[in-house]
Amino acid sequence: MPEAILFVVLAVIAVAAGVAVFRTDSMARASYALAVSFVAVGLMLLQFRLEYIGVITVLMMVMEMAVMAIFMIMFMGMNPALMPMDMVHSKKLSAGSAIGLFLLLTAGILLADWPESRGPAGGDLTASLGEAIMEPKMLVMLVISPVLFATLVSALVLANPRGRYSTYPLVPVEDADDDDGQGKGQDHSGDSAGHAAHSAHGMDHGAGNSDGHGQHHDGGGHQ
Amino acid sequence: MTLELALIAAAALFCVGLYGALSQQVVVMVMMGLELMLNGVILAAAAFWWFLAPAPDGQVLLLVVIAAMTVEMAMGFAVAILLHRSRQTDMTEMASDLAG
Repeated sequence: MPEAILFVVLAVIAVAAGVAVFRTDSMARASYALAVSFVAVGLMLLQFRLEYIGVITVLMMVMEMAVMAIFMIMFMGMNPALMPMDMVHSKKLSAGSAIGLFLLLTAGILLADWPESRGPAGGDLTASLGEAIMEPKMLVMLVISPVLFATLVSALVLANPRGRYSTYPLVPVEDADDDDGQGKGQDHSGDSAGHAAHSAHGMDHGAGNSDGHGQHHDGGGHQ
Repeated sequence: MTLELALIAAAALFCVGLYGALSQQVVVMVMMGLELMLNGVILAAAAFWWFLAPAPDGQVLLLVVIAAMTVEMAMGFAVAILLHRSRQTDMTEMASDLAG
């Protein structure tokens, strides 16, 4: 009975912390709430005698949430503990989809005729997991290994600012655009007002080309 | 502690994560939603293992789900860095070039 009560309490904490991830108004609190949810699920796994899986879930997710908090601070450029945020879209559709799916899953769970258990788990479960990995399920691990390696390489390639054919030192994009803009300016104007207008035109990266030209021609007309 | 109770908790976690993955605009928050969904999958798989077939094979399935979670996080962070570097944003709206 105490185990059942503890399980229910942990389940409520896990779900409540999960809801808090999207209800709280700061990203730091959201990452802490997600960590709490993972810790609660890890403790529930320990109740299932999954000591190894439960412990690595807790350790991995707590560290992962710490990394996630760093990424949030890096990308948002603000103090995530103080700055409120509410950046959502399709709120009603998302909530409707989630509630509908939950009702569907709950109905299926309650109405399904679940089979009888094949018997209680016995022996040292962590040792039996190790034996399974090293013997009948070794192929699974052999497949996961290259997937993880490919993930490492892909993540590094995506995150690295230097492209395959880039050389050091990297040429800043702004300089290249400025040179291009000045060249175009000389084609269209010879006076100082024209240079001023086209230096602004060069900073627009092509999207503002028509604006830059418009300013130049207007200036020339007035002179 | 019953199978149904554990599965309902797992379903609740999955659906909360689904709401986050569909509704959030910031890439990192979308990743948080996906993490919550996988959290629910882990709990459901563990419950099936414990209540129906407590053989070592089921634990291997849990390891595979945890590995999938790791891959998702690594690629998600890499894409977030790429998006931030190329477009100075972390919003999903700014990466909808291929949206119909």
